[in-house]
Amino acid sequence: MTADLLSQPETTRRRVIEFFLGGGLLASFASFIYPVLRYLVPPAVVDLGGDEIVAAKLNELKPNSGKIFRFGSRPGLLIMNSDGTYRALSATCTHLGCTVQYRNDLREIWCACHNGIYDLNGRNVSGPPPRPLDVFDVHVRGDEIVVSRKREA
Amino acid sequence: MFAALLHWLDERFDWDDLTAPLRHKTVPSHRLSYWYFLGGITLFLFVIQVLTGILLLLYYRPGANEAFESVQYIMTRVRFGWLVRSIHSWSANLMIFTAFAHMFSVLFLKAYRKPRELTWVTGVILLFLVMGFGFSGYLLPWNTLAFFATKVGTEITGQVPVVGKPMMIFLRGGEEVTGATLTRFFGFHVAVLPGLVTVLLLLHVLLVQRLGMSVPPKLEVQWTANPSAKREMRFLPNFLLRELMAWYVALGVLGALAAVFPWNLGVKADPFVSAPAGIKPEWYFLFMFQTLKLIPSKVWFIDGEVLGVLAFGLVGLLWILLPFFESDQPSHMKRWITGLSVFALAYVLGMSVYGYLAK
Amino acid sequence: MAILRNKLRPFSAALVGLAGFVVIAVCLVYGQSSGQTKNSCLDCHSALPDPLGVTQEKFSQDIHAQKGLTCASCHGGDPTSDDPDKAMSKKAGWRGKIDRKQIPELCGSCHSDPAYIRQFNPSLRTDQLGQYRTSVHGKRFAAGDTKVAVCTDCHSVHDLRAPGDLRSTVNPVNVANTCARCHADADYMKGYSIPTDQFAKYSASVHHQALAVRGDLSAPTCSTCHGNHGAAPPGIDKVQNVCSNCHAFQAQMYEKSTHKKAFDAASLPGCVVCHGNHGIAHPTDAYLGTGPEAVCMRCHTPGDKCDQARAGLQSSLSQLDEAIRSSDQVLRVAESSGMEVSEARLGQDQAQDSLTKARVTIHSFRTDLVDQDIQAGLKIAATNLQAGKDAMVERNYRRLGLGISIVAIGIVLAGLRLYIKKIES
Repeated sequence: MTADLLSQPETTRRRVIEFFLGGGLLASFASFIYPVLRYLVPPAVVDLGGDEIVAAKLNELKPNSGKIFRFGSRPGLLIMNSDGTYRALSATCTHLGCTVQYRNDLREIWCACHNGIYDLNGRNVSGPPPRPLDVFDVHVRGDEIVVSRKREA
Repeated sequence: MFAALLHWLDERFDWDDLTAPLRHKTVPSHRLSYWYFLGGITLFLFVIQVLTGILLLLYYRPGANEAFESVQYIMTRVRFGWLVRSIHSWSANLMIFTAFAHMFSVLFLKAYRKPRELTWVTGVILLFLVMGFGFSGYLLPWNTLAFFATKVGTEITGQVPVVGKPMMIFLRGGEEVTGATLTRFFGFHVAVLPGLVTVLLLLHVLLVQRLGMSVPPKLEVQWTANPSAKREMRFLPNFLLRELMAWYVALGVLGALAAVFPWNLGVKADPFVSAPAGIKPEWYFLFMFQTLKLIPSKVWFIDGEVLGVLAFGLVGLLWILLPFFESDQPSHMKRWITGLSVFALAYVLGMSVYGYLAK
Repeated sequence: MAILRNKLRPFSAALVGLAGFVVIAVCLVYGQSSGQTKNSCLDCHSALPDPLGVTQEKFSQDIHAQKGLTCASCHGGDPTSDDPDKAMSKKAGWRGKIDRKQIPELCGSCHSDPAYIRQFNPSLRTDQLGQYRTSVHGKRFAAGDTKVAVCTDCHSVHDLRAPGDLRSTVNPVNVANTCARCHADADYMKGYSIPTDQFAKYSASVHHQALAVRGDLSAPTCSTCHGNHGAAPPGIDKVQNVCSNCHAFQAQMYEKSTHKKAFDAASLPGCVVCHGNHGIAHPTDAYLGTGPEAVCMRCHTPGDKCDQARAGLQSSLSQLDEAIRSSDQVLRVAESSGMEVSEARLGQDQAQDSLTKARVTIHSFRTDLVDQDIQAGLKIAATNLQAGKDAMVERNYRRLGLGISIVAIGIVLAGLRLYIKKIES
């Protein structure tokens, strides 16, 4: 009986330690493993790298219209021509940095800030812009319209 | 069940014999025993680096036009990417700190004395390799600060007479810092340096196990005279359990740092922009950088910066060979080295603070 | 090599060689002074003091000299002769110093001749003299005023550079300085009824900032609005035509607005009424206010319908400005806490664009049109504000996760401590 009494606090003490250690280890390991497991799962938006982006879906644009999309940290302009082909350019006006837009009445690219006009090849044809707009490559992949920076020669 | 596993291993690998040294290993127990933790913590942080580094490798792309965006992707789109990256960056800095602290504690406790000279030599080389890890890894996100820090750092390497220029071209992968530099640094960071460090680390740890833990000189004299005064702790499980506590604390600190102070992304590097004013290297290079800034541009007939670089090179070499300058007999040499150690610590600390505060 | 049989042959060959050498040397020595034609004038005049002095160095910068003309092309005389009497003789057509009254005709004698100028630069205009005659300078000149500007006053003489040359007095970045030589000189302009503060005002303007400081060559200088050869003020009812060349959108809005009719009826100079002419500063929303910078309240009565519309316009603009600022603030805090909000930041650019557009639409003076732009901008700013708030929520979620893991670590540490104590007791 004395033996039982002597071992009682011993067992509770051991149980407490076991609980702390075991439970704690389990909890801490879970808090390490959980983020790692989530990390290993690839995110929904695939990283195509800084040089490419999906600008629009196939039937999103109507002929003779434009759309502003994000390319890296600057805006880009995607234009669908009347014949169904696409072109994409930088949408940052080379004059003072305003965002340009596609004018379907003029069939040219226009900057509302100081009436700068670019042709569809990005060349600055009228107004204050000093330089042409950068032109990007456009490919259709499946039902996605992918815009990428021009490969350096 | 644990015992059954051990029995299984023993039947095939002579496990008991293999692990005998570890089971018999003791750690001296004295006032300064806490310093013994530093080596283990550095090793632990290195393991963290390898694990988080491998995780980062799953998403990181080396290459001037992709690196920054891939790190941005990790920080924003990948689930817990911010955590993995921030832990990697914080643990890197912490590891360099503990490596330095470990080196200085060994220096002051005089653990480099015979027969532990090679442990010291491998250790100092490991310290240099770890700083190389820091330098190469810092460039990988390809942001403005890293770009210019690399430019300045490799420029300084180029100052060494005769071999400096070829060394600089080797490091940069060309005359200037470009995407080629990034690719090269990536190769150093994930292949070359890990390989070298693994080999040296194995050697270092093996030597520590073979030679046992060193005891400060005064204590050693006491304990040799009076063996009953010796206090020791078994490595398994007592010291190891304490080390595990230290490692868990380190984990907590890392997690807190990563969550409360996530590592900055910066701005993508643009080689054609001029360097931001007051560009400084990472803190662990500050003491050298500040020294170079203080040396006058011409000393006698030698260019000041060249003199500084050569001086540091010489000090580095002598540092590796430090144990061989002290042998058992002449005691004035020992005092010399103690004085030098104090000076070195004060210099590194002082110059780092100065460099941090200077414009 | 042919072997010379005759002993005399080497001598004749040497003679021919020597003669040739002499001819070449003479040509070289005498051809030094000018490109194609000899210009003996500079031999003396480069050493003479002002006002007779023109150095070779100075004249070599002159575009006329570079095209092969000489002093005689304008001054007459014989540039091939070294004898001053022969070179500067009436027989050789020497005109001496050109009288100021003759300068426009003299320059025009070549520059208004398309057939002649075509030989040098086919795309150079030849209507300068005609334009000059329509200008204020030209009209006054014809009436006998010699203080007004003639060709050489603006274009310089003897070191005349093409306008495209950055050092030219008529290069766009230098034009204002050239005009100011007279127009900012109060003493010189005494007797004329126009002010002399234009240059001072222009130098403080946003156009000067763009042109001279930022190097934006599309920014206007004096000649952009006033014309160069046909320089004259635009005319009160034509001011917005001039401004509309660059500020097309604002001009369109103004054209259709009530203000145009009112200003025309009151003979007020359009854009200049609110924006000034020379000292045009960057407009602020305070123009719509009631403070010292207010422009509306210069004419309108407080409390009337227009004043209420003004107050409405001002509050719309400041509402959007405030919305953009506060969402910027939230994004900044989120970013410094380590959250990545670059997408929302780009969206902020679009909100800012809406505000810019609203500020342009102000020129229609119609609250309904301005509101359209304001509402669009507010929507974008609200989206970005939400993004910033979401980022803060994520940040708090991270801290919660951290807290949980710290607690777990704490439990392990406690457990290890207890375990160590146990096995060492």
